Amino acid sequence: MLESILLTIATAATPLLLAALGELVVERSGVLNLGVEGMMIMGAVGGFAGMILTGNPFIGVLVGVALGVALSLLFGFLVLTLATNQYATGLALTIFGLGLSGLLGESFIGRSSVRMPVLNIPGLSDLPVIGRLLFGQDIIFYLSILIVIGVTWFLFSTRQGLKLRAIGDNPQSAHALGIKVLRYRYLAVMFGGACAGLAGAHLSLVYTPQWTENMTAGRGWIALALVVFASWRPFRVLAGAYFFGAVSIGQLHAQALGLGIPSQLLSALPYLATILVLVIISQNRRLTLINTPASLGKSFVPDR
Amino acid sequence: MSLNGPEPLLTLRGLTKSFGSFKANDGVDLDIYPGEIHALLGENGAGKSTFVKMLYGALQPDAGAIVWRGQETVIPSPAHARQLGIGMVFQHFSLFEALTVAENVAVALSGDEPLRKVAADLEAVSRQYGLPLKANARVHDLSVGERQRIEIVRCLLGHPDLIIMDEPTSVLTPQEVEDLFAVLRQLAAEGKAILYISHKLEEVRALCERATILRHGKVVGTCVPREETAASIARMMVGADIHQIRPAKPASTATAPLLTLRDLSMPARDVFGTALKHISLDLHPGEILGIAGIAGNGQSELFDVISGERLASRPDEVTLFGAPVGHVDISARRAKGAVFISEERLGHATVPGLALSENVILTRHRVNPGLKSGLFLNRGRARSLLDTISEKLDVRKSTPDPAAQALSGGNLQKFIIGREVLENPRVIVVNQPTWGVDAGSAALIRQALVDLAQGGAAILVISQDLDELFEFTDRIAAIAEGRLSDFTPVAETDRRAIGLKMSGIFEGVPA
Amino acid sequence: MRLELIKRGNPSQVLRFLSPLIGLALAILTGAIMFAVLGKNPFQALYVYFVEPLTELWSVHELLIKAAPLILMGAGLSVCYLSNNWNIGAEGQFIMGALAGSIFPVLFTDVQGFFVLPLMLGFAIIGGALWALIPALLKARFNTNEILVSLMLVYVAELILDYLVRGPWRNPQGMNFPESVRFPSFARIPELMPVDGRANWGIVIAILVAIGIWVMLSRTLKGFEIKVLGSSPRAGKFAGFDAKKMVFFAFLLAGGCAGLAGIIEVAGASAQLRPTISPGYGFAAIIVAFLGRLNPLGVIVAGLVLALTYLGGEAAQITLGLSDKVARVFQGALLLYILACDTLIHYRIRFVRTPKAVGSAADA
Repeated sequence: MLESILLTIATAATPLLLAALGELVVERSGVLNLGVEGMMIMGAVGGFAGMILTGNPFIGVLVGVALGVALSLLFGFLVLTLATNQYATGLALTIFGLGLSGLLGESFIGRSSVRMPVLNIPGLSDLPVIGRLLFGQDIIFYLSILIVIGVTWFLFSTRQGLKLRAIGDNPQSAHALGIKVLRYRYLAVMFGGACAGLAGAHLSLVYTPQWTENMTAGRGWIALALVVFASWRPFRVLAGAYFFGAVSIGQLHAQALGLGIPSQLLSALPYLATILVLVIISQNRRLTLINTPASLGKSFVPDR
Repeated sequence: MSLNGPEPLLTLRGLTKSFGSFKANDGVDLDIYPGEIHALLGENGAGKSTFVKMLYGALQPDAGAIVWRGQETVIPSPAHARQLGIGMVFQHFSLFEALTVAENVAVALSGDEPLRKVAADLEAVSRQYGLPLKANARVHDLSVGERQRIEIVRCLLGHPDLIIMDEPTSVLTPQEVEDLFAVLRQLAAEGKAILYISHKLEEVRALCERATILRHGKVVGTCVPREETAASIARMMVGADIHQIRPAKPASTATAPLLTLRDLSMPARDVFGTALKHISLDLHPGEILGIAGIAGNGQSELFDVISGERLASRPDEVTLFGAPVGHVDISARRAKGAVFISEERLGHATVPGLALSENVILTRHRVNPGLKSGLFLNRGRARSLLDTISEKLDVRKSTPDPAAQALSGGNLQKFIIGREVLENPRVIVVNQPTWGVDAGSAALIRQALVDLAQGGAAILVISQDLDELFEFTDRIAAIAEGRLSDFTPVAETDRRAIGLKMSGIFEGVPA
Repeated sequence: MRLELIKRGNPSQVLRFLSPLIGLALAILTGAIMFAVLGKNPFQALYVYFVEPLTELWSVHELLIKAAPLILMGAGLSVCYLSNNWNIGAEGQFIMGALAGSIFPVLFTDVQGFFVLPLMLGFAIIGGALWALIPALLKARFNTNEILVSLMLVYVAELILDYLVRGPWRNPQGMNFPESVRFPSFARIPELMPVDGRANWGIVIAILVAIGIWVMLSRTLKGFEIKVLGSSPRAGKFAGFDAKKMVFFAFLLAGGCAGLAGIIEVAGASAQLRPTISPGYGFAAIIVAFLGRLNPLGVIVAGLVLALTYLGGEAAQITLGLSDKVARVFQGALLLYILACDTLIHYRIRFVRTPKAVGSAADA
C-alpha cells in the first residue's frame, strides 16, 4: 500500500518537477516565461499523437519535446528578438498552446495508449518499499532526477552556468563584457520548452495515460509557483514538486475514502496549497530579494 | 609623435560612427605608445563612450581603421579585444551584485580554469598592486572603491597591453584617487599603455603625458597637459569660455532655519540599502549647503526621507518652516513650499515615456494652481507651464511636447529644475544637480540655484562631485555610511579635509 | 543576417493606431492558412467565420450578447495592466460575480419584484470584487505574485460553481441535471428588441462602463496616476501616488467589472447556472484588452472582434464541420501577433549582417 502510494506520488510529481526545472533555468537567465502551461499541453498532445501514430511511446516523447521547443522558440522570438512584454507574451503562449492542442488532439480523444515501459534496474528494484520507487520506474522519471543533478552542476560548476546567472543578474554588464546575452537566453528558453514538453508527454503517456483537453489543469502554473517557492534552487524544486505530488495524490485518496467532504473542495487543495506556499515564501523578503534574478521579466535590447 | 621612437601600440585613423543622422564620432585619429598614459578629454556627449566601445569591440565603426601593433584589424567583440590585449575598466561598473568577487572575475575570462584557481590568481594580483580584495565576498556587500578594485583586477588578469579607464575617479575620495594614480603609474612603468578618459582637467594634468581632446565627435586638438592651464584645456573641450558662477552673498544664520533634521535615524530599506544614523542639520534662508560623499553612503536614503517618499519614525525628525513634517507625504511637503530634485532623471524625476507636459503634472498637480479642476486635469495649463519652463531655462526640444526620454541629459535636467522652481520655492533639496550634464547646461543650472538663494531660498545640495560643491556652496559636510559630519564653511576647508570625512573619519556619533 | 531593434525617441503615433490592425490582418492570414491545412476552402471559411454572422439580424444580436462580458472585462483588465497589476483571473471573478448575483433567484425565491435585478447586479459586482480582493490583498500585504494567485483562484472558483450546481443549488425539479432553477423574469436582464433577437441591456451597460473608464483614464488625475504607477512606480511615488492603494483600486475595479459581466451572462442569455457558464471569456478578455490598446474605446471594438471569433467558430462548426477549437487557436495567434506588432511602436527594425571576426576569435 505504502509502496504504491509512494509510486503514484512520484508519478504525480515528475511532470511538475520537469516543468519547474526548465522554468528555473529560463528564469535564472532573467526571462519569465508564463507560457509553461501552453508548452506543457503541447508536449502532452504531441507525446500522445506521436505514440498513437507510430505505436512507439519513445517517439511520442520526442514529438512532445519537439513541440515544447517549437513553442518556446516562438516565445523566444517575441520576447528576445522583438523585446515584447514577457508577461503578456507568456500569457498569449498559454492561450495559444491550449487552443492549438485542443485542435490537434481532437481525433485522439478516447484513444487508449501504449504505456511507457518500466525500466527495472536489476537487483535494486527488488529492495523493499523504496526498490520500485527509485529503481523500477519509467525512463522519464530517471531523466527528471538526472536533470536535477545536471542543472545544479551546470549552474554552479560550469563557466557557462556562471555566465547564465550573470546575465540573469545584470544583462547590461554581461553585454558590456561581451557575453552573448540573447544567445544564452534563447538556449535557456529552449531548454525550458524541452522540459515543459517532456513534462507534458509524461502526463499523457505515463500519468493519465490518455489525451483529454486541458489535461494539464494548471500544472504549468503550479510549476511556475514551485520555482518561486524553491527560491531558484534545483534541489528545492525537487522537494517542492514531491510535496505537491503528495498533496494531489493525498486528495485523490481522500476522495476515494469518501469522508463526506465535497470532492470539489479536495480537488481545490493543490491550488489552495499553491497560494498558501506563495504567501509563506513571499513573507521572507530577504530570501526572495537576494535570490530573485535581478533582471527577471525585464526586456533587454543591446545598444548598438 | 616621434619619428624614430618606438612603434605605436595602437593607431586609429578616421574612426567614424553614426546613430541615425547623428554622428557620434567623426574621423577620429589617435596614437597610443607603450608605457604612455594618454588622456581622452571631452565633455558629456562629446563621443568618448562611443569611441571607447569601438576600441573594445562593443560597437563597430562605420568607417576608419584600427591598427594594432602595426596590423590593421577588426575587433568584432569584447572577447576578441581582450584576446588582442585590450582591457577595459568601465565607468558604470559591469559587475554582478549577486555573484562573488571571484565569480565576477571568472565570468570575463576566456579560459575555463576552476574558480579556485581564479580566486588564487586574483588575490595574487590584488596583493601585487596593493588592491586588497576578498575572493569570496559578494559584490552587493562591497563599497564603491572595492567594486572598482574588482574591475581593475579583472582587467589585469587578462594581461592587457592597453588598459582603457573610463572616468575612473568619479566615484572615489581624493585619497582613493591618489592610490589609483599610484597603481596606474606602476602599470605604465611596466610598459602598459593606458587610455585615460576623463573630463576632470586637474587630474589629467597630474597624471597624463599627452591628451587628445574630443568635441562633438571630432578631435579638436592634442596637447601636453602639463604645459597647459586648466582654463586653456577647458576652452578646447567646450569650444567657448565657461562663464564663472556669481557666488551668492554669504547668508546669515541668525534667521530661523527653514528646514531642520533632528537626530534623524532610519533603518536600511532592504539588504542593499544604507541605514541613516543620528543626522542633524539646519538650513537657513539664502544659504546653500553641500553634502559630499561617495555613492551608496546614504545619499538617496537621506533624500527620500527629506522629500517624504519614506516617512520618518517621529514627526519632529524633519521640520519644514518650523512645523514637524516627518509623518506627512511628499505632496504635503511640496504644498508647504519645498521642492525636491532627485538624482535619477528618468524613472524618478520623470516618467520616461510620458510627454513633458504630463511630467509637469507629475510633481505639480497639488501645487501649481490651474492644473486640476475637481477630478479633471487641465492639460492646456500643463502645456503653457511647459512653454514657460522651456523659455526660462532654455530647454531645447525637437517637437513642442516630446517624451521625457527623447531629451538629452542636460536638457532634461534643465526641464526638471525649471519645473520645480517655477513657483519660487523657499526650500530646495537637490541630489546630483549636474551629474552627466554638459558644461554649458551645468553652469546655467548652478547659476539658477545661486540666484534662487540670493532671493532668499534655502538650498541643500547632495553631490558626489567635489568640484561642484566647492564652486557654489557656502558650507560643506560629508556623509559616510549613513552618518553626517559637521558643516564647514568652504573658505575654511579643502578637498583633502572633505575627502577624509568622506571616508568616515570625523567626530560625532559612533557608527 | 539578424534582426536589430533601434529605439525610437518618441513612440510612433501612426503605428500605435496601425499595430492592432496589422496584427489582426496577420491573424486572419494565419487563419486562412489553417483552414487550407484543415482541407477547407480558405475564402469560404473566412466568409463563414467573419462575414456571415454579420449578415443576419438575429446573429448580430448573438454577437452583442457575447461582446458584453468581453467588453466589460476587457475594460476592467485594461486598468489593471496599465497600472502594472497582472490580474489574469477575470474568469474566476466572472464566476464568483455570477454566483453572488444568483443568490436571490436561486436561494431567496420568495424575494420578488423590480428591485431584485439591481440587487443582483450589485451583489455580482461585490462578489467579483471580493474574489479579486484576495490577490490584491496578498500582493499589497506580502508581496505575493498576483499572477499565480489570481489564476489559481480561477480553478477554485470553477470548483465552487461545480459544487453548488451539483449540490445545494441544484434545481430540485430538474431531473437531477446539474443546473439551478431557471431565473424568473424579474431576475432577468430585459431584452433590447425581443422581436429581432435575444440581445439584452448588458451590451449597453458594458459600453457605458467602458466609456466611463475611458473618461477616467484620459481626463482625470486618477487615470494619470494609473498610467504613471504602471510605467514608472518610483516616479509615481515621487508624485505622491500610493502604489499599494492602486493595487486595490485596479483589482477591485476589474473584479467588479468581471462580476457584473458574470451576472449579465447568467441573468441574460442563459437564465440559469450550469457547471460551465463561460467559454473562456475571462481569458479572451485579456486578448480584448491588448487588442484594444488598453484603451476602453479600443476595447469596445476589440470586444466585438473577439465575440465574432466565438460566433464564427460556432457557425463554421455547423456549416463547415470545422472544430470549434479553431476559434481559440485564432484568438491565441491574434494576441501573439498584436504583441509582436507593438514592438514597432517603440522600435525601428533593421536587418544587419553579423560582422566577421578576423582570425580565430573566441566567442563568449
